[in-house]
This record gives sequence, C-alpha cells and structure tokens, in this order.
Amino acid sequence: MKILVGIKRVVDYNVRVRVLPDGSGVDTDGVKMSVNPFDEIALEEALRIKEAGNADEVIVISAGGDECQQQLRTGLAMGADRAIQIQTSESLQPLSVARAFLKIVEREEPGLVILGKQAIDDDNSQTGQMLAALWDRPQATFAGKVVLNGNTAAVTREVDAGLETIDIDLPAVITVDLRLNEPRFVKLPDIMKAKRKPLDVVPLDELGVSIDGNLNVGHHAPPAQREKGIMVEDAAQLVQELKNRGLI
Amino acid sequence: MTDREIMEYDVIIVGAGPAGLSCAIRLKQKKPDLMVAVIEKSSEIGAHILSGAVIEPEPLDELLPGWRDNPPSICLPVERDEIWLLSQKGRRRLPTPPQQKNHGNFIVSLGVMCAWMAEKAEALEVDIFPGYAASEIRFTEEGAVGGVIIGDMGIGRDGQPKDTYMQGIEIHAPITIISEGVRGHLSKQLISKFKLDNDSDPQTYGIGMKELWRVPAGKCKPGLVQHTTGWPLDSKTYGGSFIYHLDKDRIAIGFVCGLDYQDPEFVPFEAFQQMKAHPMVSEMLEGGEILSSGARAIAEGGYQSLPKTEMPGALIIGDSAGTLNVPKIKGTHQAMRCGILAADHVAETSTADGFDAKLRASEVVKELYKVRNIRPAFYKGFWRGFIRAAIETVTAGKLPSTLSIHADDKSLNKLDGYTPPDRKWVDRKLPPRDRLASVYFAATEHDEDQPIHLQILEPEICTTRCTVEYNNPCTRFCPAQVYEMVEEEGGRALQINAANCVHCKTCDIKDPYQIINWVTPEGGSGPNYQNM
Repeated sequence: MKILVGIKRVVDYNVRVRVLPDGSGVDTDGVKMSVNPFDEIALEEALRIKEAGNADEVIVISAGGDECQQQLRTGLAMGADRAIQIQTSESLQPLSVARAFLKIVEREEPGLVILGKQAIDDDNSQTGQMLAALWDRPQATFAGKVVLNGNTAAVTREVDAGLETIDIDLPAVITVDLRLNEPRFVKLPDIMKAKRKPLDVVPLDELGVSIDGNLNVGHHAPPAQREKGIMVEDAAQLVQELKNRGLI
Repeated sequence: MTDREIMEYDVIIVGAGPAGLSCAIRLKQKKPDLMVAVIEKSSEIGAHILSGAVIEPEPLDELLPGWRDNPPSICLPVERDEIWLLSQKGRRRLPTPPQQKNHGNFIVSLGVMCAWMAEKAEALEVDIFPGYAASEIRFTEEGAVGGVIIGDMGIGRDGQPKDTYMQGIEIHAPITIISEGVRGHLSKQLISKFKLDNDSDPQTYGIGMKELWRVPAGKCKPGLVQHTTGWPLDSKTYGGSFIYHLDKDRIAIGFVCGLDYQDPEFVPFEAFQQMKAHPMVSEMLEGGEILSSGARAIAEGGYQSLPKTEMPGALIIGDSAGTLNVPKIKGTHQAMRCGILAADHVAETSTADGFDAKLRASEVVKELYKVRNIRPAFYKGFWRGFIRAAIETVTAGKLPSTLSIHADDKSLNKLDGYTPPDRKWVDRKLPPRDRLASVYFAATEHDEDQPIHLQILEPEICTTRCTVEYNNPCTRFCPAQVYEMVEEEGGRALQINAANCVHCKTCDIKDPYQIINWVTPEGGSGPNYQNM
C-alpha cells in the first residue's frame, strides 16, 4: 500500500518567537524554518511501516509556496520515495488544507494517511480530523503506538484519561503524538540522493478546491508581562497587604 | 563497528563562515567541474555566526560583482563614526583614528550574509551540509590530511549508541580547507600535530559578546557606528564596545575584552552589562527588548601569531589561522580574501603546497604586518598602549621592531597576593539580569542525552589546585554559565551544564591549566543565532 505523509513548514521550535509590534502576526523575518516536529514523527512511522514490509511507497506532501520544497527534500532525505508540493502563495486554513489533501488522496489512493497531531505554529489540531471526515474514513488521533493487522490497525491514543486503544479499518487517517517514535537522523549521502527523487509541483488551482476561509484572525499579542511582586516582612504585613487589595 | 560509508569530493571545506564560503564560491568560479562540499556544524548557515559587524566590501566586489544590486537583507552603508572614552558616568569624544574611518563600509549581520553567500554557493553547485559536525581528521596512509570524519549521532550521555544511532560518514578529499573560525577544534589538533606554530608566537584572543536589541522609535540612528573604550575596564584590561545602529529600530551592541586579563575574579559578561549601564548607552536601550544574544572568541594575535597555514593535504584559512585586523576590529574582509586566495591556489595547483608563501606575500598579511604592534602595545596598560598605538598608526607599522604576543592562559594572576582593582561597577537595571537570562536569547540547544563536549583532561585539578590558586575562573569567564562548582555529598564538584554552551571557545583558551578541551557536540547542536 501507499502511505501519504503530510508535512508543514513551520517556524523552528528553537526560535524565540516574537509578536510583530502591530499585532498582525508573528515575526518570521530571517527566522529559521523546519519541518513541523510532529510531522517528522509521522514520516518516521511511515518509513518504519515500509521497512517492515507493510507498505511499498511513502509519499510526502505539503501545501505552500516554493520554500516548502526545502522541507519536502528533507522528507525525501529521511527516506520518502516521492514528494508532492501543492503550490500556493495563499495562507491556508486547516479546512482548505484538508480539502486540498483530499484531492491528492483521491489521486494516489493510499492505505494510510499519517499527519502530525498539530502544527507548532497554530496548534490547531484540525487538518487530520477534517481530512478523515471529508474522506469519510476512520481517524485515530494522538497516536502513541500503531500496530497494523492486515486491513485494520490497532492505534493506542494518548487521551486525557490515559491511553485508549482503538481498532480502525484501513484506509484511514492517523495523527501522531510525541511518544510514537524518535525520528531518525538524515545520513549525508541521502541528502544527495534526495535531490534526484521526484518532487511534483501541483498548483492549488488545478485541484479545484475552495479555499474560502471561515476564520478571521483578529489580533496577536504576547502573553501579559508578569507583574512585579513585593516582599513582605512577616505574616502581619502579608495579611495587611491582602486586606488592602480587598482579597480577604 | 562497521566500516564507515565514504563520500568523495575534490575539496572538502570545514565551516561555512566567510572564509569557507568565499573559498567554495571562488573554487567553482575558477573550476566549475570541481566537486566541492562545505560541512557546517550548526543547524543552518549563520546559526553559529556572531560578529558586529562593519565590513569592508572590496572582497565582495571581487568575488560577487553586482552584489550591491541584491545585497543581503541586513546591509546598511555606514553614515558616521564615533569613538568615545567612557568614565563611570561621563564620556569624551575621541578623534576617529584612520583604521576606524568606515566611509564606504557596510554594517551587516554576518550570519545573514553567510546565509546569502551560501545560496550563491549552492547556485554554483557547491554541496552545503549544515547540521553535520566534522569531528575528526581522516589521515591517509602517508600521514597527510585526507578529509574528515563526521561525528556519530545518537550517542547517549554514557557513550553508548541510542536507538537513533547513526554512524558518521567519512568524507575523502585530496584537499581539506579548515575554516572553523577562531580556535577551531580541528585546527587545534592540526597545528599541534604538524607543529604549525613552531615559528610563530602563541595566538591571543578576546571574548566578544553581543546582543541584538529592538529599541523604542527614534533611539536608533541607522548607519551610526560607535565604539567605546575606557570604563568599565581598568587600565590593565584590553577591550571596548561596539554599538552599530541598524534599520527597523535595531541596534547591535557588543563588548570585546582581551582574554589576557589578569584578574582571576573578573567576569567578562558583567563588564559587558556594566557598559550597557553607562548613561550614554542605557538611554538608547531603555524600553527596548533583546532579540538575540551570544558570544564568540576573537583572534587578536595578528601577524606574529599566524601559524604556518599549509600542511600535506590541507590549508587553514581565515580566523582559524587568525587573520583579523585588531585596530580595525574587522576580520571578515581578511577571511574572505584568504578564502579567495586559497581557492585560487588550489584551482591552479591542486595541492596545499605553496599556499603559505602566497599568503605571506598577499594583502592579507601585509595588512596584518602594518598593525602588528598595536595589540601587544597594550601589554603595558591602556595609556602606554594608546600612545604606542598612535605611533604605530602614524608610522604605518614601518618601525623596525616587532613586539611579541603572549599566551592568554598564562596571564591570570594567582589569588595569593593579588588585589583586584576597584572597578566601581554599578547596580544595573537593564536586562539580561545574569548569564542564564542571557543564554536564553542565544537559543542554544543540545540534546542532554549525549556525551559532554567539554572534556576535562585532568578533573582532579578543578577541586584542588584550581580552587586554591584561582578560585575556578571557568565559573566566571564562560558567558553561558556552563561551569558551576556545586556542593555534593562527597564535597565540592565541577558541574558542566553543557547544554548552555554557545561554542565561543573561551574556556578552551583561558583555562590556566589548559585541561579544557572543546570538541564538537552532535551536529546541529549549539546556538541558533538569528540576524547576528
């Protein structure tokens, strides 16, 4: 079977992120960009499934401008066989990405679509779920363990109450969480090999999906500065200060 | 242990700084069919580059004509120079010496410029590999340098392979260019092995610490280049500050301090922060925010400290050799020239032999010769140094004598019998409050579960001799607070917070027993400087 892995180009997790002074967004000028860490875990899982003999092809896909080809090449260097860039200069919301990915899914007919559970820039955690719904196939999100059993999969999900294991019919969408695996390092010679692997560019318009956003981003602001406290000499002063503030 | 996989190139360049990238670009310009690769330990090009920086553009004009039509994103022409002599609260404007007249020069972010150069190199089909550390030299059977060995990745703190273990490959090349910057770890090994410093003085260094600030509107005067000297340093400690005004309300501010300082209790980081507390400086910074910070050692020995730069199979170029012009405090144009010269030599002869003679006859060394006595003049203290520096400047270095350079690790006074100067340092309010707060802005990252890359060759010294003689100066000279003396059950012990390291190399340089050996951590580790 084929496995489709969706990856996103995001601000690197190490960057000390700063809100633009006008609140319109985050400062990405000259900032390091990387593959979303959860997407690397997704790709690692796909590669392990292929190496275990349960898949023949791993395809990485990403929606964005030509800059995201850098991240697709990283995916190819890790071991993916092919890459597809859904080319657009628009900033896409999760529903639009899900719609676009669905078109690729319909073309490629994968047995599994594996995505990161959320992107570290917007933390939405929506694309995987929406894709599954549009595709009308099962979804297993926040996967911490995946075991394939023919045409089903047993996925252990990390949920608030602990761990929950569900069986899903394939094809399906799985979104991955941190503890699923640790992604491999890229070998230098594989970076060279990746340059020769196929990377197809598909303009978004060709897919015929609507990218009308139903979300309007209002304003960005950094977290409120923590206010300075005061040191109190003794319990009596503490009580007095609390009283002064109407707290007791 | 399986045999390592091998990749072959005609030239392998270690370090994607201005020297290495200039060399790569020039090689491909001269001989497009050459297979050239650049290995860089930082996670992306520019992430470990830290410099003021005001650069002289001539080597750029030579290497990349037309660059001015498409310059790097942070590049402003210098509008004005100011030199200030500071006292604790006051200041006096000094006349600008010729080496500090920056008309025609540009204020850049060297990190951004290196990323921009890397794109040009890739367009010429240089293979650039960030995120891989050249951890060892590969020697041929004849004992020549035959390439490098990439460090293994995925090794645990205990030295054992983890699940993600990936063996480093070997890169074989008939020519290896070592352009690691100041105090490179491979340079250190090669200089020792091939006795390249037999006929030169020891290298001397400074520590450069820098912060990039966004300041309130109106405080920044784009194109203004300011340098200060005097306070907060005493007359026996060499150093001063730079304040470069960029665009978008950004100011690059930094402090350089000679690592030949004598006071074992001295904290270079604190000297930097004290300089910022001076009214002239704090007035600019108040209400602003720190965007990025970091530190890196600077090579100050110049002409006398330049080692032999060639050996069988390899060349050492740029600040790994030490080509920075101290009175100009500029090394980028020298590093680039050196890289271009090395490329021309290799393209012409396909060998390392004969490069050193060419370098000695070149503009790079002529420039170093002219200013060779300025840095060592300051061994006699600030005022005598100032006078001698003025004389050397006026005579353009033509006086017959050459002062020698002393090793930094021997300059520290022992505690016994030493009284440090009364520094008159002030209570200060501007961030960062301490080194830990500062290191946050370097965005330095090391997987904790890897071997500590700061090797202590004789650890017993730390809790015995060093405590008595110097009171563990590593806990003070490291700008990232990597070294701490902690109380444990068995007594005091040295704790190494390797994850804080910003790869400045100060500890490798200044440690009075020379038992600290800096080696490369896992590729991709270290600072993630932005626009520095």
